[in-house]
Amino acid sequence: MSAVDAAAETVEALGESGYKYGFVTDIESDTAPKGLDEEIVRFISAKKGDPEWLLDWRLKAYRLWERQQDEEPRWARVSYPPIDYQDAYYYSAPKSVDRPKSLEEVDPELLATYEKLGIPLHEQEMLAGVAVDAVFDSVSVATTFKGELEKAGVLFCSISEAVEKYPELVRRYLGSVVPYSDNFYATLNSAVFTDGSFVYVPEGVRCPMELSTYFRINAANTGQFERTLIVADKGSYVSYLEGCTAPMRDEHQLHAAVVELVALDDAEIKYSTVQNWYPGDEEGRGGIYNFVTKRGACRGSRSRISWTQVETGSAITWKYPSCILQGDHSVGEFYSIAITNNRQQADTGTKMLHVGRDTRSTIVSKGISAGRAQSTYRGLVRMQGKAESARNFTQCDSLLIGDKCGAHTVPYIEVRNRSAKVEHEATTSKISDDQMDYCRQRGMSAEEAVALIVNGFCKEVLQELPMEFAVEAQKLVGLSLEGSVG
Amino acid sequence: MLEIRDLHVRVDEREVLKGIDLTIARGEVHAVMGPNGSGKSTLAYALAGRDGYEVTGGTVRYRGADLLALSIEERAREGLFLAFQYPVEIPGVAGTTFLRAAVNARRRHRGERELDAMQFVKFVRGKQAELNIPDDMLKRPVNVGFSGGEKKRNEVFQMALLEPTFAVLDETDSGLDIDALKMVANGVNALREPARSMLVITHYQRLLDYIVPDRVHVLAHGRIVKSGGRELALELEREGYGALTAAEAA
Repeated sequence: MSAVDAAAETVEALGESGYKYGFVTDIESDTAPKGLDEEIVRFISAKKGDPEWLLDWRLKAYRLWERQQDEEPRWARVSYPPIDYQDAYYYSAPKSVDRPKSLEEVDPELLATYEKLGIPLHEQEMLAGVAVDAVFDSVSVATTFKGELEKAGVLFCSISEAVEKYPELVRRYLGSVVPYSDNFYATLNSAVFTDGSFVYVPEGVRCPMELSTYFRINAANTGQFERTLIVADKGSYVSYLEGCTAPMRDEHQLHAAVVELVALDDAEIKYSTVQNWYPGDEEGRGGIYNFVTKRGACRGSRSRISWTQVETGSAITWKYPSCILQGDHSVGEFYSIAITNNRQQADTGTKMLHVGRDTRSTIVSKGISAGRAQSTYRGLVRMQGKAESARNFTQCDSLLIGDKCGAHTVPYIEVRNRSAKVEHEATTSKISDDQMDYCRQRGMSAEEAVALIVNGFCKEVLQELPMEFAVEAQKLVGLSLEGSVG
Repeated sequence: MLEIRDLHVRVDEREVLKGIDLTIARGEVHAVMGPNGSGKSTLAYALAGRDGYEVTGGTVRYRGADLLALSIEERAREGLFLAFQYPVEIPGVAGTTFLRAAVNARRRHRGERELDAMQFVKFVRGKQAELNIPDDMLKRPVNVGFSGGEKKRNEVFQMALLEPTFAVLDETDSGLDIDALKMVANGVNALREPARSMLVITHYQRLLDYIVPDRVHVLAHGRIVKSGGRELALELEREGYGALTAAEAA
């Protein structure tokens, strides 16, 4: 029985016994009405078959969020009209209203991009959100992977399934890195999350595969309020990859995901993201708002968490994958490429919080702006009082294409330990006419030249990606900047 | 091969070339000499098609077609190669990556199959030996941290890979010591063949001791003031540009 069926069954059982919370929404319906209130949170919780502790947690989050209505973050260098949170669906939005019926109704530019990325037709339909059931002929492959993971003892499933099957693990770690009270969007996510992944790697186990492979075969595991939890027990290793190089459309404009990572003694988590949500048209209309909270806790000694991200999509990106370096000798890394074109806005960076002694962190950020886009690196490096001999190195490079875009760097550095060492390097450059002419004189088109030069600029980050993905990401870098020159 | 008629070129609102006439036949190597500011590099860039070099008059026919109607990359794909006076650095882009993109752009243009990474390595191997290009130079980012000699050798190496029909060498000798100069000249000489023409731009006659031209032209104040055989270069060396350019001014 799938998690969804199980949840539905639980819900039915509750319905028969007379639902104790005095439910008003039709439980048979797959859709909660527009807007958000306590009833909706209860509806979602019931649909997911949550245990009571989780419902309580959601409600606490919701009540806090309700009181915080004036506290939506405003400090980021992005601008957008106020979001009416009551004018959105929080559970199973209508799948038909705005959905294209076939690929013929999809933005031709989007299709051209799929074409260039070499994406098969049925996947194109799925990515573009066409109202068909995506059927994959890869079930057997997926099963093989699942078997291999089971053999290694790695738990990997949807977060809902995990709540049901491994409640102690989820309860112990959920919200332990990003508490429900963390920030406006994380609070909202805690109240209404419905989807996401759960990974647990037992002590001493090296996860036998990139979890991306499995993930991608299992298709669109994306939702508006995703919640992902990855726990690497002592001495274990896991590499997880989320996202897709192909631009994804979604009916929901607002995405507020939360990702929590926990690494115990000597454990290592490598988390890679390729984010290419629909950025909107050239004027930015219809693009996704991606407001994400990602944080990893290096709880154990000598643990290591590495974030690598390639952010090319979304109209607005608000995202700061961070590391709390609690364990002595633990290591945090952040490698980022943020590409903004046309009207896109990105305010992204990281936080490295050094708590333990001899902790180390590395930040390499590459921001590329073209068109009328604005790209901001915002990063905090904090050496706490006990972070004896801690070290950080930050390198922050911005590349501008054209003269109507902007790049901004906002580093925050707080040092409370005399033996700690922090280095920050930053550069801002433009693609020069000389570079363009040099490439073109060798026969490359202007677009090829830009792609080549930008890939060179991003090289240090691209090489951090898992091999299979690095090649696709390189292509994506070029495609994201099409139309930015000439 | 190349026929320049009454070419006028403007840079930053200033007329730099004031009517150039020059014909280069198939397989010929011509040298253009001249003092600083005479318009030598402007001629090279205008032929290559760089932005900012505005042709205000005249024609250039290349293999029978109108060269000036083509964009910079179209000219390149049609076999025109410019060895830059100041080769440009492209950080993070390995030499092989750059070269493969260039070679494949041309192959695509000719309707040939593109070379994958493995095929390309094979293709490059042979040429590398000829020009004494170490592997390391191809792994490093294009021109980044290269010495003057390495940069110029790299230009000639690119020329060897791209097999142009018409090559313009813009002061390829500048900043080279005598050993580096010989190496570059040998590379260029190895590429001389009946189907390939070259325009060698230089300030000094020294280069022409090694790359022996069929014709020599002296450029001054935006015009060709004298043309002749190889001996003209030697004459210039003896008497300097002064006599010629003064005669022109008078």
